[in-house]
Order: sequence, then structure tokens, then C-alpha cells
Amino acid sequence: MEALFFNVASGFLEGIVRGYKSGLLTQAQYTNLTQCETLEDFRMQLSATDYGNFLANEPLPISTATISEKATQILVDQFTYMRNNAVEPLSKFFDYMTYAYMIDNVILIITGTLHERDTHELLERCHPLGVFDTMPALCVATNVEELYQSVLVETPLAPYFRDCLSASDLDDLNIEIIRNTLYKAYLEDFHQFCLSLGGPTAEVMNEILSFEADRRTINITINSYKTELPKDQRAKLFPAFGHLFPEGNNVLAKADELEQVRQVCENVSEYRAFFDTTSGAGRSNGEQHDDEGETLESLLETRFFGQEVHLNKLAFLQQFQYGVFYSYVKLKEQEIRNLTWIAECIAQDAKERIHDIIPIF
Amino acid sequence: MGYYHYYSVLSYPSFIFFLIWIYVLYTGTDWYELFNVGRFLEESSPHMWAMVGIGLCIGLSVLGAGWGIFVTGSSILGGGVRAPRIRTKNLISIIFCEVVAIYGVIMAIVFSSKLGDYVPESELYERSNYYTGFAIFWGGLTVGICNLLCGISVGVTGSNAALADAADPNLFVKILIIEVFGSIMGLFGLIVGLLMTGKAEEFRSATQLMSHTIQI
Repeated sequence: MEALFFNVASGFLEGIVRGYKSGLLTQAQYTNLTQCETLEDFRMQLSATDYGNFLANEPLPISTATISEKATQILVDQFTYMRNNAVEPLSKFFDYMTYAYMIDNVILIITGTLHERDTHELLERCHPLGVFDTMPALCVATNVEELYQSVLVETPLAPYFRDCLSASDLDDLNIEIIRNTLYKAYLEDFHQFCLSLGGPTAEVMNEILSFEADRRTINITINSYKTELPKDQRAKLFPAFGHLFPEGNNVLAKADELEQVRQVCENVSEYRAFFDTTSGAGRSNGEQHDDEGETLESLLETRFFGQEVHLNKLAFLQQFQYGVFYSYVKLKEQEIRNLTWIAECIAQDAKERIHDIIPIF
Repeated sequence: MGYYHYYSVLSYPSFIFFLIWIYVLYTGTDWYELFNVGRFLEESSPHMWAMVGIGLCIGLSVLGAGWGIFVTGSSILGGGVRAPRIRTKNLISIIFCEVVAIYGVIMAIVFSSKLGDYVPESELYERSNYYTGFAIFWGGLTVGICNLLCGISVGVTGSNAALADAADPNLFVKILIIEVFGSIMGLFGLIVGLLMTGKAEEFRSATQLMSHTIQI
């Protein structure tokens, strides 16, 4: 059925986004980039790709922050173009994608205010995709109630915020809880929305968002068993869907060590390889795991990113669905992370770690 | 999106129709006089059947072609933004869709040649005229539905072809072959439609038919 009606409203944009996708850097281009001696060469190599001369007007000692910022700007321009051309329900889908960045921005500003940072500096550091009008007003809030009443009640994040109102005052632990509660509510809402769209969109997005939910669940577990976070509260932060839900989530809520997390993930075939330390599957990281506990956690992060890229690539195998828009933004973000990493390695002359990137195509 | 929606739109009216039909068929009440299929077929003008057939033939064909063209066209437009080279090559997909409409036009012309001269109503209801009317109706419906589905199938494949071509030029020919197979299905409809009406004669009045039989 999608084939019949999808192109009425979204055929053009799907063509556009697939065009953007073929502009993502390939393995050969990454190889060229890693050969660069200076950031000058790096810029030269990039100008041969779809990035063009996006760094042309920058003053000469280019910082890696500028590269990352300019590359993000390209992504934001593309996103805005597509968002402006979209109609319901695709435009809603795009809006949902920005909510994740909004949550990050809100948390960033609250944390910054707590540590008495400069407001303007904070606003500049916000992700441009998650900017909303009343954002500067966030800086004045001192407790959650006030935050909600004065600022967030107008934003799309308001429904997600309802569950956090119990947290009385803003300190570091509470902010982290707020972030995760918001994110859980957001993921569940987004997942529900995608399922309501039905058809291939639901199929593709279900896979991607389930992984996202499981990744958060595992990360929260790993990061929380050394803190004083009570276990029932931890369970409340887990998104209520995904491959691990519900029985895996229940075990993880009570887990006290990495071994238990590993056992839970054994039950899901896709996740089995994440905790596999024997085969040295972490690409170039193979030789590093002598101190197991520490390295496995950093290894996990890389493997999660790898799996995310893999799932997002799969989304492009189906036509007539919205997953491609989400996947493109995620892949582009990964590419920006890769570029920043390479630029950082060149700038700091750390050539031996330059290959620790996740190539996309 | 929302299969349940389509199901409910289609299923409830057809279920109610089915109930009424069963009721009428098995009770044999006065309702039976409301809609008598046999009498309806006998009393409706063969001209009407022929005209509706021709209309469905060209109408459904054009619907299919138009549908295919917009599915393909929007993908070509989108894909052509980054890879402008696809636009000329992928006009083939548009032409394949257009051919479907041309099949419809050809068949409508063939059918309308059977209409013949005007026949007054008093001399219309003859065996040969009934046959011509029904043959053109069902022939037109066959061609129309074949072309509708063919147009959609070519359109969707054409959309795939455009996006695949934009991503990797080697894929174009491969997908084009699939598209050709899709577009052949319209030709099947055309052939069958021709065969169905092959034996049907022009509409003629009863007196003409009488003299025709006498001559033989």
C-alpha cells in the first residue's frame, strides 16, 4: 500500500535524502583523509567530496571545533530544507527527531546554570537542531517545578516532563535522572508514533529504536551500579520496549556487575557479540583488553556505535518509508564524529589511533 | 498506512450488501422484485453496456498511467537533485507508464468501431446486440483493470529504478528489465481484450439482422 500513496507527499524528499546519503564519505575517502599530514591537507581532501569548500572562508589555523561546527551546520541546513518541504505526518516525524536534541540542550543549560557558567557560552554550545524559542529563559530556573511552569510548558517536551516533577531540587544526580526520564518518555512516544504510522516505517523504525532503547538500558545499568541510585528508581529509567524488554530489563534493574549484564545480552543474538572479549572483535582494539572491566566498557561504546551504523544502513534497503530520514541524520552525525576524530588525531599528531573510526560505506 | 482503515471501508458495506443479497435470494419476498438481475440485464440497453465498457477501458488505463507517472516522476525529481544524469535515462520509465495509457486509447478506439450506426430502441434488443454490449463491457473492464495494475507496477518499479540509478549507475539496466516485464502485463490485457470482442459484431437493428440472415 505504501508504494501507492507514499510518493504523493514524500517521494521527492525520499529522493533528496537518498541523494544526500550517496554523498556520505566512503572507505576510500576515509583512507585518503587519514593519510593527511596537516589540517590544510585535510581541508583539501574534503573539498573533493560533497563537503565542497565549506571551510574555505575560515582563518588559517583551523581548529577541530570549527570543522565539527561547520560540518554540523551542513547537516542542519539539509535537515531544515527537508523539514520545510515535509507535510504531515512526515513533518511530525522530523519534529520528533529534534526532540532528542532539545532534551540534550535543556539538560546542558540546566547543568551549566548549576555550575554558574556564562549563559551565552552555553547557548552557543547547544545543538542547533534542538533550539527552541524560550531556551534562554531556562537559565533562570532554580528548581524543577519552576522550570516546568515557566519554560517547558510551552515546548513539545512538556508531556515528557510530567514524570520528573517529583524530583525536588536540581543537583547533579537529579539532573541525570531528569535526562534519562525525559529520554525514556521521548523514546517511548516516538516508538509509539512510528508504530502508528504502520507499514515499513514501523518495521524499520522499530528495529532502530529498539536498539536505541536497549543501548540506553545497558548504559544506565553499567553507569549506575557504582552510584547510590536506588534500584527501583533505576528500573523507572528503562524505556519500556526493545529486544530486552521486559524480562531483560527486570534482570538489569537488579544487576550489580558487568557479568549479569553480559548474561542478559546473551539472550539476544544481535547483542551477543558486544561482550565478546575472546575473539578480539573490536577491530583495532583487539590487543588492549588486559584490564578487562575498564576496556570492555569503552569497547562496548564503540560496538554500540558500530551496531547503530549497521542498523541505519539497513534502513536504506527499503523504499517508501520514513526510516531513511532518521537514519541519514544518524549516519551523518557519525560521519561528523569520524571527521572530528581524524582532525583531532592529525592536530595532536596521534597517528596510531587515527583508525579508531567507524567507516560507514 | 493503516490497513485497518482500508479493511473497514471495504468490508462493512460489502458485508451488508452480502446480507441483503442472501435475504433476497432465499426468502423470495416482494423484495425480489426490487432488483432482479436477469431482468436488469435484459432490459438495460446494450448501448449502455458498450459505452460503459469503453469508458472504463480508457478511464482505468489513464488512471493507471497517471498513477505510475507520478510515483516515478516524484522519485526522479528527488533523485535528480544530486545526480542530474538520471533525468534523461529515467524518462524511459515515464514512457513505459505512458504506453499503458496508449493501450487504453487503442482498445477504446477498437471497441468504439463496433458501435455502428444508431439503432432505435424498438429494434435494439436482439441476441447479437446483447452479445456485443456485454462483450465490450467485460472486454473494456479487463483491459482497464489490467492497465491500471500494470501502470502502478511500472510506476513503482520506475521509482525504484530512478533511486537505484541515482545511487549506482550499474543498477539501471537491471531494474529496467524488471520494469519491462511489468509493462508486458498491460499487453496481455490488450490481447485478451481484443480476443474477447473479436466475435462481436456491430450493433444492428432487428430488420437489418433479419435481412442478413436471409441472405446467408
